Amino acid sequence: MTYTQLALLAAVAAVLADTVLLRTRLLGRRLFWTAYAIVLGFQLVTNGILAGRHVVSYDPAVILGPRLCFAPVEDLLFGFAMVTLTLSTWVRLGQRGRPVRNAGHSRSARRRAAAARARPGPTTASRRASGTDTRRSSTR
Amino acid sequence: MARLTYLAVLAGCLLGTLPLELWLRTRVYARPRRWLLAVAPAFVLFTAWDLYAIARRHWWYDPRQTTGVLLPGRLPLEEALFFLVVPTCAILAFEAVRAVLGWPAGDEPDADGDCGGGTR
Repeated sequence: MTYTQLALLAAVAAVLADTVLLRTRLLGRRLFWTAYAIVLGFQLVTNGILAGRHVVSYDPAVILGPRLCFAPVEDLLFGFAMVTLTLSTWVRLGQRGRPVRNAGHSRSARRRAAAARARPGPTTASRRASGTDTRRSSTR
Repeated sequence: MARLTYLAVLAGCLLGTLPLELWLRTRVYARPRRWLLAVAPAFVLFTAWDLYAIARRHWWYDPRQTTGVLLPGRLPLEEALFFLVVPTCAILAFEAVRAVLGWPAGDEPDADGDCGGGTR
């Protein structure tokens, strides 16, 4: 595979890691994009030094050709994938050991909710009613 | 001195982001277990990619601008460090933005603390 193909694959995989695998959904947060914009700026500088001074050189046959700050445009996807995977993992690790936040999304939570519906009673009904607002606000 | 070029770039990244940990209380190095676990997947996957790219000669490194220390797979020491340094800097930047602007990341301990819908 060419660098272009691998870079596209990595970017898609990173998006899937954030949305499906780790369910951190950082890509929907302005915190992520603000941090990424800052990292991108410094990436262009450091990568520009490495590529511009030919510390690293690329085979023209495996890249599209256009360059940004001396580095192949593929490096943008490479960097995006690395930053997204890292930050998603970082946030996921921070979620461990605290009450389930995305209760409405997790399979086990859905099973619990279904089980609760299957045996309704005054206690369950009141619990469900009181939990509704919390549930909605805690999905992000 | 030219052989330290790549290493110097990495050192610059670490030194440049160190004030974030010291003055903005990003608490990345202060949580070494979470820090290293967060960096691990990117380190493993991107090192594997690098080894593949080096083997297929997608890219190569100037021996005059690197230390010459090669890890298995002809991976320059600097490349292995790159996949530790850059993810670390990304986390520091992320936590610095959070510290300054106070926007949520989704791992806040108060699970229902960001109600209101407008805090994303």
